[in-house]
Amino acid sequence: MSSVVGRIKPRELLSRGGPLGGLIILCVVMTILSPFFLSFNNLFNVGIQIAVVAILALGQTFVIVSGGIDLSVGSVLGLAGIVFGWASVVAGLPLPVALALGIGTGALAGLTNGLLITLGNLPPFIATLAMLSAARGLALVVSGGVPLNPLPEAIRTLGRGDLFFIPLPVVLTLIMLVIAFGILRSTYSGRCMYAIGGNEEASRLSGINVSRQKLIIYTLSGLFAGIAGILFMARLASADPQGGFTYELDAIAAVVIGGASLSGGVGTASGTLIGALILGVLRNGLNLLNVSSFWQQVVIGAVIALAVMTDTLRRRKG
Amino acid sequence: MEMRGITKRFPGVMALDEVDFELEKGEVHVILGENGAGKSTLIKMLSGAYQPDEGEILLDDEPVSISSATVAQELGISTIYQEFNLVPQLTTAENIFLGRQPRRFGLVNRRKMGEEARRILERMKVRVDANALVSNLGIPQRQMVEIAKALSLDARILVMDEPTASLSGQEVERLFEIIRGLKEEEVSMIFISHHLEEVAEIGDRVTVLRDGKVVDRVPASTNRSEFVRMMVGRPIEDQFPRQQPETGEVLLEVNNLSQKGILEDASFQVRAGEVVGMAGIVGAGRTELARAIFGVDPVDSGEVWVEGRRMKLGNPREAKRRGMGFVTEDRQGQGIVPPLSVEENLSLASLGLNTSVGLVNRREQRKRARKMIEDLNIRTPSPEQEIRYLSGGNQQKVVIGKWLLANSRVLIMDEPTRGIDVGAKVEIYELMNELTKNGAGILMISSDLPEVLGMSDRILVMSEGRITGELSVDGATQENVMELATQGSEAAVE
Repeated sequence: MSSVVGRIKPRELLSRGGPLGGLIILCVVMTILSPFFLSFNNLFNVGIQIAVVAILALGQTFVIVSGGIDLSVGSVLGLAGIVFGWASVVAGLPLPVALALGIGTGALAGLTNGLLITLGNLPPFIATLAMLSAARGLALVVSGGVPLNPLPEAIRTLGRGDLFFIPLPVVLTLIMLVIAFGILRSTYSGRCMYAIGGNEEASRLSGINVSRQKLIIYTLSGLFAGIAGILFMARLASADPQGGFTYELDAIAAVVIGGASLSGGVGTASGTLIGALILGVLRNGLNLLNVSSFWQQVVIGAVIALAVMTDTLRRRKG
Repeated sequence: MEMRGITKRFPGVMALDEVDFELEKGEVHVILGENGAGKSTLIKMLSGAYQPDEGEILLDDEPVSISSATVAQELGISTIYQEFNLVPQLTTAENIFLGRQPRRFGLVNRRKMGEEARRILERMKVRVDANALVSNLGIPQRQMVEIAKALSLDARILVMDEPTASLSGQEVERLFEIIRGLKEEEVSMIFISHHLEEVAEIGDRVTVLRDGKVVDRVPASTNRSEFVRMMVGRPIEDQFPRQQPETGEVLLEVNNLSQKGILEDASFQVRAGEVVGMAGIVGAGRTELARAIFGVDPVDSGEVWVEGRRMKLGNPREAKRRGMGFVTEDRQGQGIVPPLSVEENLSLASLGLNTSVGLVNRREQRKRARKMIEDLNIRTPSPEQEIRYLSGGNQQKVVIGKWLLANSRVLIMDEPTRGIDVGAKVEIYELMNELTKNGAGILMISSDLPEVLGMSDRILVMSEGRITGELSVDGATQENVMELATQGSEAAVE
């Protein structure tokens, strides 16, 4: 174990240390304030509640590390979920095919973002803003504006079932975390994300095919949004065309709270998960304390600003 | 102006240690020192960016506290930094008066602003249109605007941090004329430069800093090797240690490369073991030629052959695959990836070589990077250190190392020692010796004439997009290089 710890780079420890410290403090405070907070049931609840946003945020991490932004993930989640719902409910296709269509739609939307950015020369903000609108519109078109149900029993289990007492949404989140961690840490594309985000021109001049990597990056973000879409609909037991509305904001917030820099080149998968957990624990705790949902939004806004401010200060000193 | 016992500590570093400095009226006082010697820290005390931990600053024998840039301006101290602080989207006049635009009834008086800007530019004898957008100006012209901005403040003390770094011969001369004019108006100037030959020409006195301490204060007429000894703390026998190895086969052959309005019929060869120097004034098309060869920018016509085989142009990946490496002029903007570690920066060009089925072998990558850090004597606390915290010389070694790890045999080095201190320069030169001895070929673009004459085996001179001549190193002098460099051209400023 100590050898693993020894190999962690100081820089990674630094960028992970801050948000992790914040999460621990937050949990301690919540445990003191509410007797209900620290229980397996409640903690699993937090896990289930953040699962969708966490998966979106992991995909978003690729984009933000590479110096871009993906505003479309919430809508792409909705579109992927609706395509999945249409395929299984309306077209009556077998589950694996419906799953492939749903997740594939997410990836395709991401690829389109990538093409708009590389071939179309659009800034990522604009390209994905356009997709935010278009994907939501397509979800409404495909569904006719109404929820599609009932979804097959097998997929509803994903939303409710357990694996060795661990809720399946949590299991799926952990699997996606490991995948995102591996991509960022050990794949060619992952290493390119840091290089492109840190200095795109230097990366290009070092012989990295920046356009191709961007296509891969945005496709991955769409793919993660597609998977999040399936999970979202599974939890709802119904395919809702409004699913994931404004979720992109939570996803971006989670990535940034987790220590990534919007100017690119910095960020980790574990940091993003911690960011999503901070948001989740905060919401859960405020609910337990009976804080009105209006005030919750105010508190969460303050936490986002505070988290990034302390992170910036910490980096400057470090 | 006088600074007494100035001390400044940063976490883990003593940046300045009881530094005394004085500046007389109408004096040009040069500060010399290697990177990290404390020059920038010292002048940032004057511009209000830093406050001293200990010591005091006296202006006309009165102690002052320069707590911000605004205070510095009010005291009549203005600073010209080496990095450009201009807003490209605004005009020259707007930049000169940024934040202090002449106003009438609360609105900017554009006519008055334009007139005043023109007056200042005329006084400098610089032909820059006051209404031109800064984004349309060349780099040397921008530097001139930067100087005009400082002059518009009617400063009594003018601080210049490497103002000549991005200027070529004639523009430097123009700047020196301006400096001489200001001297007559009794403006005091602090001048920081790495170019020792400029020191005697423009300076009155020289203060040499090393490791945050004042080594000595001497007249500017002091002998150059004496300066070097003071700066590095050890004598450097030979500033340009070029040893010419045997030359081998042709590695790089460029035939009739043309790009409308930029390059005209450029042809030359680089052989194994050779350092081919490329001189010319700023804007002659040298960087553009390098970028065209490496496939960064498109060309209209022409061929590039690498090791006897024709190369497809217009793709840096292809150039890399064929064994070429490009050390760019703009190290911060195009060379390094600032937030990443030394190790990751070293591995940037060889990422593909360490990858199989999409997975990077990071252990192998780390091993190679560590070996390169050792081989090139890159001074970093650890391979994991973020590269932006390294000195310019060590960053440059990382950029060169990046290409060596990608097995490059033909290196194009554009201003390889710009902004690098004397000690590190010699190390880069020794590295070039080592590389050519092992069969590499180097095309070295440089605006530093002594460097071109000292390190090249052959010298190509460019002017207005054409190669105007080739000189053997024995026959070349500063004069005949400059003659070729200005053939059929006027200075970029004019």
